[in-house]
Amino acid sequence: MSRTRGANVRKSALAVMLLIAGATSALAASTEADFKAAFSAAEAADKQAAGLRNQWTTTASTLAEAKKAADRGDFDAAVAASKEAEAMARASIFQATSEQQAWKALEIH
Amino acid sequence: MNVRSAIHVTSAAVALAALWFGAVPPALAADTPDPVADAKAFQKFFTQKFPKLKPEDFVNGPYSMNEDMHRQWEEKEQFPPYDFSLDLGKEMFEKPFRNGKSYADCFPNKGIGIRQNYPTFDEKEGKVVTLELALNRCREANGEAPFSYVKDEMAALTAYMAFTSRGKPFDIKIPDDPRALQAYQNGKRYFYTRRGQLNFSCASCHVQNPGERIRAEVLAPALGILNAMPIYRSEWGGMGTVSRRFTTCNSQIRGVPLEPQADEYRDLEYYLSYVSNGLPISGPGARP
Repeated sequence: MSRTRGANVRKSALAVMLLIAGATSALAASTEADFKAAFSAAEAADKQAAGLRNQWTTTASTLAEAKKAADRGDFDAAVAASKEAEAMARASIFQATSEQQAWKALEIH
Repeated sequence: MNVRSAIHVTSAAVALAALWFGAVPPALAADTPDPVADAKAFQKFFTQKFPKLKPEDFVNGPYSMNEDMHRQWEEKEQFPPYDFSLDLGKEMFEKPFRNGKSYADCFPNKGIGIRQNYPTFDEKEGKVVTLELALNRCREANGEAPFSYVKDEMAALTAYMAFTSRGKPFDIKIPDDPRALQAYQNGKRYFYTRRGQLNFSCASCHVQNPGERIRAEVLAPALGILNAMPIYRSEWGGMGTVSRRFTTCNSQIRGVPLEPQADEYRDLEYYLSYVSNGLPISGPGARP
């Protein structure tokens, strides 16, 4: 019984290690082109948020962080920051869209 | 049996339809702005939440919410930190422009004792005009460069104008113009809309949590929050206008502030001032 559990733990650990190794090698492969694609996707989403008058300061600072990382040649970090910025911009778009109706729930009657 | 079932189904459908149509008018009514009812409900909410306070106490913001802070405020008012700004504002207000005209020529009653009437709705422009905006328009119409909306000269001028209105109740008018009602409604929507990464609306702090602390600050109630403007804030180390208050609030919740005097802020000021109608102007004020 405990031998089986031990084997399972070893298998899980191996799977996690492989996943980490895979993820690391995938991130390590980031290039300037990857950064440019990720950055422009984030910028486009932030522009959409601007159209809704609902940008977040953290999107702007994370975009700046991505650019800095790219300037020093760290494209892994630059891509990661761009993706984070895009996620934040998308969240701000969702917020602005859902609040078009949701604000009424807070109103004093 | 089948006929009976059909009758039941039909009755249920009719009942549902009646419920549906019955439910629609109130929902529509909620979308139709009713500023008078809003202001009544708004003031009732705060006076019930803080039954010990008199309505006019609300204009003192956090100082009316906390006994220790109230004592600090009374001492502070002996030598108010906005005094320098007030003196500067009076001097600026009275000094003629290069063309010989002055601020007095741009406002009713020569600009004295009129702060309680701003923001106003300009039916020609079809938009809300705040006091800050009117002051800069006055300057530009007389060949002078506009001031920054957030502090220094603008704060000084509005401090002086508020001082000449001290004690006068807010008297914001919404003319019988659908654009004015829309501006009011837009301001209300802005006030209650969550924004920024922290997902806060103005109401999250100033309706849901007045009197509570957010870090070291005691939150002010939304009722009467603009009556004390402009304010000297210790946190800012200087004076700030309504524009400064709005843009700073947006930044604090990690939202990118709009440009000062954006339509949204003008409408927000219109709404917030209207729902405080009847409460006295207490500006310029001081805040922690």
